[in-house]
Amino acid sequence: MQWRYHMRKIIDWSMSGAAMMATLCGLIPLILISMHLLRRGISSINLDFFTHMPQPVGEPGGGMANAIIGTCLMVGIATAIALPIGLLGGLYLSEFGERRTGAAVRFAADMLNGIPSIVIGIFVYGFVVVPLGHFSAMAGGIALSIIMMPMILRNTEEMLRLVPHALREAALALGIPYWKTLLRVVLVTARRGIVTGILLALARIAGETAPLLFTALGNQFWSLRLDQPMAALPLQIFTYAISPFEEWQQQAWSGALVLIGIVVILSLLSRWMVRVPQVKTDG
Amino acid sequence: MDDHGQKLSTQHLQAWFGAHLALKEVSIDIPGNRVTAIIGPSGCGKSTLIRCMNRMHETIPSARAAGAVLLDGRSIYQQDPVQLRRQVGMIFQKPNPFPTMSIIDNVTAGLRLNGLRDRRRLEEIAAQCLQKAALWEEVKDKLRYPGAGLSGGQQQRLCIARALAVNPEVLLMDEPCSALDPISTSKIEELIHELRAHYTIVLVTHNMQQAARASDQTAFMYMGRLVECGETRQVFTTPKAQQTEDYITGRFG
Repeated sequence: MQWRYHMRKIIDWSMSGAAMMATLCGLIPLILISMHLLRRGISSINLDFFTHMPQPVGEPGGGMANAIIGTCLMVGIATAIALPIGLLGGLYLSEFGERRTGAAVRFAADMLNGIPSIVIGIFVYGFVVVPLGHFSAMAGGIALSIIMMPMILRNTEEMLRLVPHALREAALALGIPYWKTLLRVVLVTARRGIVTGILLALARIAGETAPLLFTALGNQFWSLRLDQPMAALPLQIFTYAISPFEEWQQQAWSGALVLIGIVVILSLLSRWMVRVPQVKTDG
Repeated sequence: MDDHGQKLSTQHLQAWFGAHLALKEVSIDIPGNRVTAIIGPSGCGKSTLIRCMNRMHETIPSARAAGAVLLDGRSIYQQDPVQLRRQVGMIFQKPNPFPTMSIIDNVTAGLRLNGLRDRRRLEEIAAQCLQKAALWEEVKDKLRYPGAGLSGGQQQRLCIARALAVNPEVLLMDEPCSALDPISTSKIEELIHELRAHYTIVLVTHNMQQAARASDQTAFMYMGRLVECGETRQVFTTPKAQQTEDYITGRFG
């Protein structure tokens, strides 16, 4: 009896230890990447980086203002397209997903989620860029929206499904119409998880490079025209990192740091949104 | 208000979940301004019966019902279910306040979500309903706090206040005390006793003492059938059916 108890203790300890080691191993790449980026990139991060245009080769300084704005614009376009479709589609799946069409939509969304982003880039190249005759920010935004939409859709569905059935019943039993129950009770209850999903999808597409290569192309100059090629942070990083010029490579490190910074901020924001509200009690 | 005529009645009511027949030809009369307790072992169809009375039964996919349910002599199946549910309120087994809403917003949810915006009026109604639900004294200083922060018994009384706010005539209570401790239970029972003056109450319960204490009329159900229905005193002292006697004396169930 005693021996068995000790054995159990030992297994308990070693399993906990193994789980902890695995967690550490998972964190190591993140820590290494962040430290490396900070070390290499921080030196040229300054106000100019956010407000100035890229300088020609050989001239020091300059920034990536056009790429930062470009990324924001294209992510904005993608969100404007993907958000309504994703939210309404998720609502459809969670409410009527038991039907056969629901299964088909769910399957399609999962497939779309699994398609490599470069394939989506090529697809948009064929369907938007070629017919219009030129690369454009619009095409970039569309490509990003195709990546974003199934993520939002499936996450919204999952979050809505987490809302206890008892709440729908409570609302329906009060004589609240079904559609109002959905909008004012179910959606509102799930909003934190839904918003988190949207922010994570934003963070994901903000860093996508491949789909932009064939669509937005990138631009060394200041451009806000949606029908023209546009710069984006990941594209600029890509171009600069493979260039032979040291200044550009340095800029690429800083660009990567800014990109990671944006992702971290979005993640923190989403964390903050799902924080458990402190239930106030006065004794 | 002391009219004890039939408020609600079912005639040959049958209800299905898919192919499973959960209610078999149930005909019961619920008198107005009285408490009718429905007792019976788990799975006997007592919850299904009251869920047919406000058409919540049909919100479950694959569920359907046949037969008649009359409210004030009118078939509820010819009425708009949304309107009907404002007349026939429901309290559930587990307290289910809306977690995103404050105490006061929970109480007025039914009114606000149906378009009433007058803040003054809403606050008035909330105060009245919380008083009726015997919760006012405990929450009057924290109306803006989350409803989910209350204890289980308080949450259930909050749910009762919420149901009262849409001004129903009938209250269906589906084992409202089964998730509560004895003190909260006795508070809810007292409340049921007071509400009886103004509402018609149908109380589903597992607890025979509760039925005996809180109700005027008791119905015993078994295997989807209504076995017996009569004055509570009569059902508990001189039951007509052998099954009823076996159940209330604890021989099964």
